[in-house]
Amino acid sequence: MMQTQKISRKLKATRRQENIAGYLFMAPSLLFFVGFVVFPMAMCLVTSTFNYTMSDFTFVGLSNYVELFQDAIFGKSLINTVIIVVVSVPTVCLFSLWVASLIYKLKDIYTSAFRCVFYLPVVTGSVAVTVVWKWMFNPYYGLLNYVFKELGIITQSVNWLGNADTALWCIIVILFTTSVGQPIVLYVSALSNVDHSLVEAAEVDGATDLQVFWRIKWPQIMPTTLYILVITTINSFQCFALIQLLTSGGPMYSTSTIMYYIYYEAFKLQRYGYGSAMGVILAVIIAAFSALQFRLAKSDN
Amino acid sequence: MDHSVQKTTAYKVICILLLIVLAILFTFPLYWIITGSFKDARTINAAIPTWFPTQPTVDNYMRLFEKPAMRWMLNTVFMCAMTLLLTCVTAAMGGYALAKKNFTGRKLIFSIFVCAMALPKQVILIPLLKEMAFLKLHNTLWAVILPTVGWPFGVFLMKQFSENIPDEMLEAAKIDGAGEALTFTQIVFPMIKPGVGALAIFTFITAWNDYFLQLIMLNDTNALTISLGIAKLQSELSTDYGLIMAGAALGSIPIVLIFLLFQKFFTKGITMGAVKG
Repeated sequence: MMQTQKISRKLKATRRQENIAGYLFMAPSLLFFVGFVVFPMAMCLVTSTFNYTMSDFTFVGLSNYVELFQDAIFGKSLINTVIIVVVSVPTVCLFSLWVASLIYKLKDIYTSAFRCVFYLPVVTGSVAVTVVWKWMFNPYYGLLNYVFKELGIITQSVNWLGNADTALWCIIVILFTTSVGQPIVLYVSALSNVDHSLVEAAEVDGATDLQVFWRIKWPQIMPTTLYILVITTINSFQCFALIQLLTSGGPMYSTSTIMYYIYYEAFKLQRYGYGSAMGVILAVIIAAFSALQFRLAKSDN
Repeated sequence: MDHSVQKTTAYKVICILLLIVLAILFTFPLYWIITGSFKDARTINAAIPTWFPTQPTVDNYMRLFEKPAMRWMLNTVFMCAMTLLLTCVTAAMGGYALAKKNFTGRKLIFSIFVCAMALPKQVILIPLLKEMAFLKLHNTLWAVILPTVGWPFGVFLMKQFSENIPDEMLEAAKIDGAGEALTFTQIVFPMIKPGVGALAIFTFITAWNDYFLQLIMLNDTNALTISLGIAKLQSELSTDYGLIMAGAALGSIPIVLIFLLFQKFFTKGITMGAVKG
C-alpha cells in the first residue's frame, strides 16, 4: 500500500515536471502563435459581423455575408479564382511530376542544377518576377509581341494585360512559373525514395516503364502528390502580388480574385468588416478544398 | 526489342532537349532583369529588343541609389535576420517539446498548428493591421517580423527533426543529472542543427519575398523593404524599365545567391516539412 502510494506520487511528480518543462519550451512559440495568428483569426470572425470602416463600428450581424452574395464583383472574383485554381493545380502537378521523373535519375549535379533552375522564379521574388513580366508583356516595347511576330504567331501587337480575354491567362502563366519549384523538389525526393527492389522485381518480370510507374511508383508517391495538391491549391487561391502589380484586377474586373478583392475593399476602401467576411468565406473554401483532397486520396488507398 | 529500345532512347533525347529549352525559359526572366538593368533608355524603348547590352551603362543604378534604395536593402536585411533568429529559437524549442515532451494538451496544440497552416495567412491581415496599430508598431519592421515568427511552419518542421533524437540519449542525460536547459543546449540542439539550418534559410527567403504582409504594414518611404521599393518605383515611373530592372536586380540577386549557396539545406527543409504533412 505504502509502496504503490509512493510510486503514484513519484509518477505524479514526473508528470508535473513533464508538463512544466513542455509548456516552458512551448511558451515562446505559443506566445507568437496565439498573439499574431490565433488572436487575429478570431478577430477576423468578429469583425466580419460589424460594419467596420474608418468612422463606423456597429454590429450588423450577418449582413456583410448577405451583401457578399449579392455583390457581382465578388461573384466575378470568385469565378476567376476558381478558374486559376482549376487550371493551375493539375498543370503544376503534372508538369512537376514529369520534370521530376526525368531529372531524378540524372547525376546528382544535373539533378540539383535543374531543380535550382525551376526554383529560380520562386526565389527571385514575386515583385521582381512581376515587374520583368510586365515589361515583357508591354504592347509597345515588350519582348513577347516582338518574338511572337517574328515567329509568325501573331500579326499585330497584342495588348496582353489590357485585354479582358488574355489578361487572366497571362497571370496564370506567370503563376505557373512561380509554382512548380517546390513540387519538383518534393517529387524528386519522393521518387528517389521509391523502394528499388520492387521496381527491379517488376522489371525482371517484364513490366514496361509505364506499368512500373502506375503500379509501383505512383502509389508510393501518393502522400507527396496529396501534399503538393494541397499546397498548390492554397497558393493559387492566395495569388495576389501578380494581380496587384500587373493589372490591379482589371480590365473590367477580369483578373480580380478573392484575395485581390479583399485587399481592394479592406485596404483601398477601408471596409474592414466586409473584407473580413470575404476572408472568412475564402478560409472556408480553402479548408473545404483541402478536406476534399484528403478524403479523395484516403479513399484511393 | 531493338526497335523499342531505339524508341525509348529517342523519346528520352527529346525529353531532355525539351527540358533544356524549358530551363532556359525559366532562367530568362532573371536574365532579362539583369541585362535590362544595364541598358540605356534608348535601347530599352526600341521596337527591336537588344538581347545583350553591348554598351552597358550603370546609369540606372546611379539613379536607383539617388532614391533610398540602400535604406530599403538595410531594412530588408534587418527584417529577414530578426525573423530568422526569432523563428529558429522559438521553433527549435517548441518543436522539441512537441516531439519529446509528454505534456497535457500536446496533441491538441499540434492539431491547431497543423490546421492553422492550411489557412490562408493573408486572411488575418485586416485584424493584424489593427493590432499593430494598437501596439504602435505599424510602419515599423516589427509589424512584419512578429506575425512571420508566429506562423507555425517552423515549429512543425522542427518537430519532424526532433523526432529523430533517440529517447535513450535524453534519458541518459537525465540520469546523469542534466537539467532541462542543459539537455536542450548540449544534446538536443546539436542533433537538430541541420534542421535549424534548413529552417533558417527557408525563413530568410520567405520573409524576403512576403510582399503582401509588407505592403499592408509598411508605407512610410523610409520604412519600405526592397520589394515594396521596386513596386513603388513601378507605380510611380511605370515605363522607366531601366530603373525598375536595376531595383529588381538589387532585390533579387542577393537572395538568389543565398539560395544557390545554401540550396542543399533549403531542399532538405522543403522535403522534411512535407513528410506526414
